[in-house]
Amino acid sequence: MMRFGIVVFPGSNCDADCFFLIKNILSMPVEYIWHKQTDLDGFDCVILPGGFSYGDYLRTGAIARFSPIMPAIVEFAQRGGLVIGICNGFQILLETGLLPGAMLTNAHSRFICSEVYLKVENTNTPFTHLCRDRSVLKIPIAHNQGNYYIDKKGLEEINRDKQIVFRYSDKKGEVSRASNPNGSVENIAGIVNKQGNVLGMMPHPERAGERILGSEDGLFIFDSVIKWLEK
Amino acid sequence: MFVAEIYIRLKKEVADPQGLTVKSALSSLGYRNLEEVRIGKIVNIKLEAGSKKEAEREVEEMCRRLLSNPVIEEYQFKVRRE
Repeated sequence: MMRFGIVVFPGSNCDADCFFLIKNILSMPVEYIWHKQTDLDGFDCVILPGGFSYGDYLRTGAIARFSPIMPAIVEFAQRGGLVIGICNGFQILLETGLLPGAMLTNAHSRFICSEVYLKVENTNTPFTHLCRDRSVLKIPIAHNQGNYYIDKKGLEEINRDKQIVFRYSDKKGEVSRASNPNGSVENIAGIVNKQGNVLGMMPHPERAGERILGSEDGLFIFDSVIKWLEK
Repeated sequence: MFVAEIYIRLKKEVADPQGLTVKSALSSLGYRNLEEVRIGKIVNIKLEAGSKKEAEREVEEMCRRLLSNPVIEEYQFKVRRE
């Protein structure tokens, strides 16, 4: 039976949302992993949740990146294990170097909490293969530092290697300046590493898993992972 | 004992939303002559080291490993004996 793990850093605050969704909505085994643990034995998919690890001191994710659990996460990722970083989790993966680029303060210097639409740009990943017939997802964002930055050469590379998984779009999947909430380069909302087993995304799929929350589109991502691991 | 003063700033080519916001606040206070406002960080560190060279080497390593993010930031520092 596959097992999900959710890493808890001091200041994580979306860990319980992920846990609830996986346990109660998806009925899958899930455990918290305290950041001081040093191994990930028995886990198939590890989630770095949103929040404000270490108070966002210095830079978002900069301190969490040196937590005792991180060497195990790097090794897990290098062995092909599935890793998802959501919001602050994405920021931590960038600081760790498992994903390319960095986060800047939102272009208008405001914390943004709203529903956005995401165009799924790559459905050939463990996280999005069930989106083939569903190319636009409605998922909320809530962040102050989601303005993704990568230099020109890096941008060419992630475009070439199809590492861009989600772009901010309108309801119809139109990607434009108007649909960019935070100034992110080329409307980037989520990327994978070259091997395709590490996903970082600013939007919160765990907050879009029940109709009562306004969207169930986040389930496409979790269901994709489950189907992928069953194979 | 050595004292290091480290300056960390966003690279020139990286936009600084914080600086832009402060610039517009300064403009609203009546300062119309502003070309640009950029905001950085200063980190002060006191450390023991065998020599100034050794202290500089260690501070350099701290900047590289944690204090700055080379994707978006650059740093410079001064070390003096105290």
